[in-house]
Amino acid sequence: MKSQGKQDVLMVGVGGQGIILASDILGDVALDIGMDVKKTDTLGMAQRGGSVTSHLRIGQKVWSPLINTSEADILLAFEKLEAARWVHYLRPGGTVIINNLAIPPLSISLGTQVYPEDEAILGSFRRVTKAAYLINGTQQAAALGDVRTLNIFMLGYLSRFLPLKITDEQWQKGIARHLPSKILDLNKRAFEAGRGAAAGVNI
Amino acid sequence: MSKSRKLLSGNEAIALGAYHAGVRVATAYPGTPSTEILENMAAFKDLYAEWSTNEKVAMEVGLGASYAGVRTLVSMKHVGLNVAADPFMAAATTGVHGGLVVVSADDPGIHSSQGEQDNRHFARLGRVPMIEPADSQEAYDFMAAAYQISEKYDTPVLFRITTRVAHSKSVVEVDMDVLRAERSKFFHHHVEKYVMLPGHARLRVPHMHSRMEELTALAEKTPLNIIIEGDSRTGIVSSGVGYEYAREAFPGASFLKLGLIYPLPPKLIKRFADKVNKLFVVEELDPFLEENIKAMGIKIEGKQHIPRHGELNTGAVRHAAVKAEIIPPADAAVEVVATGNLPGRPPLLCAGCPHTGAFFVLSTIGKRGKVLDARGRSEKESGLIITGDIGCYTLATYPPLRAMDTTACMGASIGQAIGLVKAGVRSKVAAVIGDSTFMHSGITGIIDAVYNDAKITVIILDNGTTAMTGHQDHPGSGKSAQGVSTQKVDIVKIVEGAGVKNLQVVDSFDIKSVRSAIRSALDSEQLSVVIVRGRCAVTNKVRKNKRRVDQDACNDCGVCLMIGCQAIQKKDGRVYIEAGTCMGDACGICQQICPKKAIGTEGKAA
Repeated sequence: MKSQGKQDVLMVGVGGQGIILASDILGDVALDIGMDVKKTDTLGMAQRGGSVTSHLRIGQKVWSPLINTSEADILLAFEKLEAARWVHYLRPGGTVIINNLAIPPLSISLGTQVYPEDEAILGSFRRVTKAAYLINGTQQAAALGDVRTLNIFMLGYLSRFLPLKITDEQWQKGIARHLPSKILDLNKRAFEAGRGAAAGVNI
Repeated sequence: MSKSRKLLSGNEAIALGAYHAGVRVATAYPGTPSTEILENMAAFKDLYAEWSTNEKVAMEVGLGASYAGVRTLVSMKHVGLNVAADPFMAAATTGVHGGLVVVSADDPGIHSSQGEQDNRHFARLGRVPMIEPADSQEAYDFMAAAYQISEKYDTPVLFRITTRVAHSKSVVEVDMDVLRAERSKFFHHHVEKYVMLPGHARLRVPHMHSRMEELTALAEKTPLNIIIEGDSRTGIVSSGVGYEYAREAFPGASFLKLGLIYPLPPKLIKRFADKVNKLFVVEELDPFLEENIKAMGIKIEGKQHIPRHGELNTGAVRHAAVKAEIIPPADAAVEVVATGNLPGRPPLLCAGCPHTGAFFVLSTIGKRGKVLDARGRSEKESGLIITGDIGCYTLATYPPLRAMDTTACMGASIGQAIGLVKAGVRSKVAAVIGDSTFMHSGITGIIDAVYNDAKITVIILDNGTTAMTGHQDHPGSGKSAQGVSTQKVDIVKIVEGAGVKNLQVVDSFDIKSVRSAIRSALDSEQLSVVIVRGRCAVTNKVRKNKRRVDQDACNDCGVCLMIGCQAIQKKDGRVYIEAGTCMGDACGICQQICPKKAIGTEGKAA
């Protein structure tokens, strides 16, 4: 379970943000470097604007496809409320990367519930780890020309935090395998931008 | 030989395994978590794959193909097997010619279903063998074994998966050049085997029992069942994904891992039990293995410690092991940070969904908005009862629409509406059903309503696709599972042909027409049908002229929020439309219902 190179990556967000694609790419790249990989996503009804989670487990040998609570090494959150919802999966000292985006559920607009403050969300993570990063992924993806590159931007940011030996070429190959050639260059730029944004972080 | 290492979902692995086993006919009706099996089969062009009208037909087509000597795969979700139970039991009785494997995809935890059921019981009911893989590699490998067993023992084989196996990806090693055995296709006439007259069926039943005896002998020696030697203090009996959780929870224990889970091997289980001090069974849902093992007179613990419903996970297995005194409490103790009381994010109808307008209209009829509380409950009957069905549109149950009062199973909306009216409720009753569901099981309901003169209103939401499961084609879509153009089955003609006199067809995005059609249908003294037709928002990529709110004209009345559109949001007390989500001209419902005409396109209020 705690074997060499074990990485449990939980990606969370809202349906339509490209989370499952991002975790598919990382899964394939991890497979390419010879690791055992298991991943499991929420599908079906939850796709209709509901919360989406993708469990990705990388290791020498992986049994359960589900990450255990308090054992995720990295939590990659595409939306702030969803970050807060899955805080209990992060292991003490793990890394959490949160896209600074609020997609309020309808209950907020109808006035029956309140969206949590940034401080409350970050506070809940600080009890678990010092490595909590709030990043402007949506803004930066939009600046690249298409906000839908957010998933690849997030993947680029995440790539700096993975203690796995993955070459640039392997990343490029993984991305190319999952995206149509028409939007490949744009997404490669998004990956580099994400990677660049994490360059200054003292990991 | 080209060995390939791939990351495949369980469903992808099943399809590839079936293809490599020489399957030439595949049938299914879409249903989470089984849908991708047929989608992947359909991609192989040297076999025949179809979306059948429903699971019963899928099973019957599959049985016919098997009688022709061809290896056949029939796949469905757990509740699909309820629909297909009649031909399944017939198949169990007649046996097969070409191998027949029936995939039942169970949904522990009810991710996307109307209920939780353990279809392992169908193996016992049908006196057929059942195979259960634990990951994608097994899903691939076990397919070949399933076809061999089916043909050798003259029986359909149930292949049971769960959501977590169907939808998890894991590494599969396959030989892509595997020789695909081509079987000769012929039907041999054999009335005692295929014509189930009572006299013939009486001959088949003893065969079913003797086949189970032979299969029990097989279970004792098959490589599908394996013992993993470990610590002799604890012996774990498990199968499916439960085995994966158990391996992680008890890294050192001894395991009896079952792949052929029915019939069970009594000698093998006894031998395993004799090796260990304590026998513990890890299985999701019912104590199926446990009760069968107890019936052999073997002492085993399980469900007294492990939940009988929902999905398991490693943590739940560890927790149960502490209760069973298999592991000390400290090993299972993990500090879990509380997430607090956060706003939920239930799935909703999409922005631009063609069902929204009809449900908004329904939500305003019969004082439903006043009578129902926030959770959709009321002791008092409102003026309109809405029976619902299975599909995206079931989401209209949630606030703010709260426009559905029942949902049971595929096609039930119409029958339930007839029952409510015949029982004598005072309210008007409308049944709401989607086009694919109507084809699946709604037609017999309509015929019943005509035949028995039921004064109900049936609203058929026709978006031309099976949307919830991911836009599969169906008889009304004009395209087959393998992309071939076919004759569209016309819902209008079916309804008219059944004898419905009061029939209207309206555009789902023309709210005035939808409202007047539904109101006149409900006011009618005869059986009425309204077909509300519009394109599914998910398949529509055209999003011109996004709507916006003129903040000067808007008085915050909140009516637009009542349609439950994901694009309409409220910030700092003001309503606004999220441009990234709005479907623009493809929808425009909010603009049509705004009392202040404050919603329009850029630069133009309505």
